[in-house]
Amino acid sequence: MPVSPVFNPQDALRFLPEIILTVMGTLLMVLDPLIHKRGSNAFGHLSLMALAAALGASVYAYTIGGPAFGGMLMVDGFATFFRVLVIVVGILTVLPSYRFLAQQNAETSEYHALLLFSIAGQCLMAASNDLIMVFIGLEISSIASYILAGYLRDDKRSNEAALKYFLLGSFATAFFLYGVALIYGATGSVNLLLVRRAVLHQAGDPILAVAAALMFVGLAFKVSAAPFQIWAPDVYQGAPTPVSAFLSAGPKAAAFAIFLRIFVTAFDPIGNRWEPLVWTCALASMCVGNFAALLQTNIKRMLAYSSIAHAGYVLVALSAHSDTGTAAAMFYLASYAFMNVGAFSAVSVLTGKGERFQSIDDFKGLGRKQPLTAALFAIFLLSLIGVPLTGGFFGKFYIFKAALDSHLYWLTVLGLLNSAVAAYYYLRILVVMYMHEPGEATESAEPLSPGLRIALLVPALGTLFLGIFPTWVLEFAGKSSAIVK
Amino acid sequence: MNLLTLVLFLPLAAFVIALAIPRASSARTSRLWALIGSLGIFAASLGLLAWFDRTAAGEQFLVDVPWIGTPNIHFAVSVNGVSLWLVLLSTFLTPLCVLISWNSIKDRCKEFYAFLLLLEFGLVGVFLAQDLFLFYVFWEVSLVPMYFLIGIWGHDRRIYAAVKFFLYTMAGSVLMLAAIIYIYNKTLTFSYPAILEMLANGKLSFPAGEQMLLFLAFFIAFAIKVPLFPLHTWLPDAHVEAPAAGSIMLAGVMLKMGTYGILHFCLPLFPSAARACAPWIGVLAIIGIVYGSLVALVQPNLKKLVAYTSVAHLGFVVLGIFSFTQQGLDGAVYQMLNHGVSTGALFLFVGILYERRHSLEIADYGGVATVAPWLSTAFLITTLASIGLPMLNNFVGEFLVLQGTAIANFTWTVWASLGVILSACYMLWMYQRVFYGEAGPEVRGHIPDLNGREWAAILPLIVMMVWMGVYSQSFLPPVGKNTARVLEQTNVNVPYRVQQWDRPGHPLGRLSAPALAAPRGTEVARAR
Repeated sequence: MPVSPVFNPQDALRFLPEIILTVMGTLLMVLDPLIHKRGSNAFGHLSLMALAAALGASVYAYTIGGPAFGGMLMVDGFATFFRVLVIVVGILTVLPSYRFLAQQNAETSEYHALLLFSIAGQCLMAASNDLIMVFIGLEISSIASYILAGYLRDDKRSNEAALKYFLLGSFATAFFLYGVALIYGATGSVNLLLVRRAVLHQAGDPILAVAAALMFVGLAFKVSAAPFQIWAPDVYQGAPTPVSAFLSAGPKAAAFAIFLRIFVTAFDPIGNRWEPLVWTCALASMCVGNFAALLQTNIKRMLAYSSIAHAGYVLVALSAHSDTGTAAAMFYLASYAFMNVGAFSAVSVLTGKGERFQSIDDFKGLGRKQPLTAALFAIFLLSLIGVPLTGGFFGKFYIFKAALDSHLYWLTVLGLLNSAVAAYYYLRILVVMYMHEPGEATESAEPLSPGLRIALLVPALGTLFLGIFPTWVLEFAGKSSAIVK
Repeated sequence: MNLLTLVLFLPLAAFVIALAIPRASSARTSRLWALIGSLGIFAASLGLLAWFDRTAAGEQFLVDVPWIGTPNIHFAVSVNGVSLWLVLLSTFLTPLCVLISWNSIKDRCKEFYAFLLLLEFGLVGVFLAQDLFLFYVFWEVSLVPMYFLIGIWGHDRRIYAAVKFFLYTMAGSVLMLAAIIYIYNKTLTFSYPAILEMLANGKLSFPAGEQMLLFLAFFIAFAIKVPLFPLHTWLPDAHVEAPAAGSIMLAGVMLKMGTYGILHFCLPLFPSAARACAPWIGVLAIIGIVYGSLVALVQPNLKKLVAYTSVAHLGFVVLGIFSFTQQGLDGAVYQMLNHGVSTGALFLFVGILYERRHSLEIADYGGVATVAPWLSTAFLITTLASIGLPMLNNFVGEFLVLQGTAIANFTWTVWASLGVILSACYMLWMYQRVFYGEAGPEVRGHIPDLNGREWAAILPLIVMMVWMGVYSQSFLPPVGKNTARVLEQTNVNVPYRVQQWDRPGHPLGRLSAPALAAPRGTEVARAR
């Protein structure tokens, strides 16, 4: 592996977002004893600033893009797209957390520090071009997420979520690592470009197929694709609501980023080997997610199953195995991040102290009590259904277009029918919000705090923007998907 | 920005303004705004009529602006002789809906009128879109406001009806989306005129199997909307549970999205498949006519009865389209408009009755004529129009459809005529039970005659019924021009040969064309 021994200042600048996030995360922990006041907003403000700075740094890093640290990182359009995506998800998670943490009477410093670390890990994943870097990013992101899932330590469900997430997550990471080891054994390298070159020459090697399968298992777990989805409903239900929002969008987007990077770059030459695997998984995820969601009564659990189904849609784009497919997956993840984080934030408006109100029926009459919240939630739900003029529709459209391009006719038809099934459970929420009279939960809900209002408005506008003017994001995605190889 | 885009975007602007009305202001503000806004939109659409070139056959008022770069999606709209009337029908019915909801909608007025305007936007868009992607966008967008209109302001089983309505349509339309994408991947364009041109000059052709699948993907989406038997089961629920305005828009305009789609997209794009399926579809349409009529006959519920008459009437439309004759197509289009006017009026009356008596059961009425003579008279005119009495609108449409089917397949005509007879049975019987007989105390006490606002809603409809029945010349020539073009397109690259009976000149003149002399012309020609 060609590692340049000389430290290059350019490298540090390309690595700036991660540096900022890590430094600020550490700073938050150091500051904790100094500003020791329960429910202080200072940590939230600091973490917002850190994220804003990281956002700027990612854009800056793009302008001086290129490989860093001897090719271990690759700062290109693709990496920047996902860096920006996870940082925006981070910002949208911090905003509703203010009120949430105050409501649950929880510590704020550790929460924000962990969030920043997790995002740093995801940024690293997005930019890594080397299996070891991928693994490090994955671990940084995951370990912080495990703790975040159990952040409400007095809550039984939160504890269960964290433990389950941790145990199954480490198990899956082990699979991934095993795959990395095999790759190193077979090709003598962990750099994705070098691996790709080696794979080209020994495409028939069964070891490679085994390695690809093992890595696939690890990543499929991280993106909660069936049949590795079992943890997701419990974790999303048990985790604090803003954390569920974060988990369903941030780590998932980053995991898809490396999914794309590894399979489209390194394993590109053995595409015919892994494509059937991916589309089987895609179909299974869509069916399991959508049909199980039909039966849920807990709204967080329902959104968890819905996120499994959405992972299935993205996997459809992956199994198309083309530039259009990659671009479609990127676009979809962006619009998915907006609509899903928005939906979870809308849920957090209502859950109340101790997260008492989580049932779909608790949303009765929200349209009457809080018209704005309900309207914005409705936009997210319509986008999740895939109604035109929302990002969700265009993303879905683009994914299935890519699939048809690659002659995946049956997958397209089944996927589209699946999305019609999905409409039913999203409609149920619209029904209770608008067509029932207010109940206990909606009567007692507090009015929107300014942070929460932004956390709902921004994704809603983003969803509509992506649905009406998708060109800008789409072109960027298309441009960067071509370079990934 | 020409007049057409103005007509299209005015409802959207009106919707946004309606949403912006502060919650504190009274319900009256929302109502007034909806009325003024929808009347303004109607006035603008009349401008469309004024500047429409009735002598030209093609698309007019073309606007084509790039919208999304990759894939190549354009904001392309234009209007033709058929969509012109459908747009006018939508803009014409919306203010009437506002008037009829004036007092009956008390809860969440602002949202109600906002959704009504959004619905108008979606409907107008569906009829104007010339880009397949844009068409799909409007097709789905119109679903959302209707879902809320039914679900929030409907009757007892409104939620069930709303969800069923949404899912039914959605399930059908996703396959259409797949077909649209497939066509794009083949042609690299969503532009409908461009695709038609490729078909015409032979650059593009769909092989038989592929064409059949694509045709079915489109057709099922449209057939659900029409609704064609056996896909009609959502309709009675949606109609019965919807508020009066919802039913009027649903029956009056929304069902025509399906028939318009068949006429405008299915036939020209997939002529061979359409012709191959025509015998089956014709049979389904006839089953729809007879079945719809028979079920309407035994309905104890007023609104359900009117809903089933829609199944029957729309069966005529589909039958006319799949006769592949000039008369049949003209009649089908005319029948779409007629149905919009007369069934819209019927639902309006049902709404008026419901507002007074709070019941939809026919048994709860009786003797209304003695207490509300004007209401009864107006209702009678509408009933007669719906039956197809000469001099009123439905007669013209039904006659043309039957004539067209007689050319294509005489057996069809015989069966379809049965529907005409049955329609007289169920409508007149219903009229008799509701308006004649002894007026009970409930009826006597609760049913006052029409007031000024209701007259304002009904009178335009009655004028239209008479006008369309007496002087169809005002409406048919642009329709004929466009349907002739569609027919011509269905002959491109088709192994069948169809004789054209039409003669230049006005359509009523066509009735005396040699059509009747050789009713089996099509068959003869096919054999050759």
